[in-house]
Amino acid sequence: MPRVVVTGLSALTPIGNNLEQSWESLLAGKSGVDHLTRFDCTGFPSRIAAQVKDFDPTSYMSAKEAKRMDRFCHLGVAGARMLIQDSGLTSDNMDMEQCGVLLGCGLGGLETIEEFHSKLLKSGPRRVSPFYIPLLIANMVAGQISIATGVKGPNLVTTSACASGMHAIGYAFSDIMLGRARAMITGGVESTITPMALSGFSAMKALSTRNDDPQGASRPFDKDRDGFVIGEGSGQMLLESLDSARERGARIYAEVVGFGASADAFHITAPDDSGEGMATCMKMALREAGVDPEQVDHINAHGTSTYLNDITETRAIKEVFGKHAYDILLTANKSMIGHTLGAAGGIEGVFSTKSLYHGQVPGTINLDTADAECDLDYCGHGSVTRHINYALCNSFGFGGTNGCILFKKFEE
Amino acid sequence: MSVEQKVKEIVVDQLGISADEVKPEAKFVEDLGADSLDLTELIMAMEEEFDIEIDDEKAQELLTIQAVVDFIKANQ
Repeated sequence: MPRVVVTGLSALTPIGNNLEQSWESLLAGKSGVDHLTRFDCTGFPSRIAAQVKDFDPTSYMSAKEAKRMDRFCHLGVAGARMLIQDSGLTSDNMDMEQCGVLLGCGLGGLETIEEFHSKLLKSGPRRVSPFYIPLLIANMVAGQISIATGVKGPNLVTTSACASGMHAIGYAFSDIMLGRARAMITGGVESTITPMALSGFSAMKALSTRNDDPQGASRPFDKDRDGFVIGEGSGQMLLESLDSARERGARIYAEVVGFGASADAFHITAPDDSGEGMATCMKMALREAGVDPEQVDHINAHGTSTYLNDITETRAIKEVFGKHAYDILLTANKSMIGHTLGAAGGIEGVFSTKSLYHGQVPGTINLDTADAECDLDYCGHGSVTRHINYALCNSFGFGGTNGCILFKKFEE
Repeated sequence: MSVEQKVKEIVVDQLGISADEVKPEAKFVEDLGADSLDLTELIMAMEEEFDIEIDDEKAQELLTIQAVVDFIKANQ
């Protein structure tokens, strides 16, 4: 089967509107969380968010196109345009029928649903736009990216809550290994900082209510964590067969060597507290790669800043890696970018790749006093420079779904 | 604002075109690049703005800006 490599990256996040800016902010420990400004959130229990700032979709598309897309598609199309540029992919060096799009998206156009539902109640069904459905459906981001870039291979979206982006990367990796495509635009995208999303997550007591200290609100593995901070963004990578990458003379950031996908079969929202489901998933990724646990140097943790995730994930990592778990550099990007839901696996996969490529692991901010059950090295004192051979990236989602990707430093 | 001006404004906004392109005889599909979804959205915007109802059969006959303006004036 062909080897699969990463030949392009893009990021549009609460800490930067492109890859370099996001990466610099991450290494500097800069939080992207602030008071929520997208709508009037007076009276909501959680009034903070990690929003993408000063983003103008018309820098990436016409005003008419922008009007016909929900914000998650704005972010997705902008991310794909930056990705294509970074990868150097053109119709001259790639058979576009052999290049697909497989992105993760947890919810889709929630903002659109809320807007038109209000319109329906106020003015009746004749006021619901013919663009309502095309605006809201989650797979439209893959469709819009194909229209914008001309790629004609497999085209779809995976929906598995907060693991959507990770599963997208995993199945895109599989598509290339199986020869269905030579290259895939993959990762995740999400933009649902809306009244309904905030109400729903608040009702579950999932969100941080540290409203008077937005930048300190997302604190994965810290004993005073009180929930996640809702975020939005896009993180995309171009996966490509090694042969194709060589033919194009593409820059290779890293190799994808293993993918794990598993279910807890336990509870709709709470992780199996034994950590078994998460551990199974990590082991699956290692097994596919034929890599021993002792070879893994870095884990980009799911680390949501919720009580249950952080202790369960720590438990699962210890189960998989044993004593070696204490030698691994972990990090939780969500401490700075918040929880970008379906985009999380994409964005954090991009950052895992950057860590391998540069030999730098960003720190976890706000980790003042670790939870007694969270006793691993989460890089709580800032970013660390170290040569890394293998980086594992974790994502876990409601429904008890788990996804892990193992990246390897590229060697000929 | 006259009916002509208001219609022009809506067309410019909905179809993302420049005001110079919006001539009375301009056809939505052939000249202004509208697709079937754009047309439905355009008719809905007119209904909302001018508080009128345009049934689907009638809407299919409104192919130009002038036709829309005439219809609105006759039915307001």
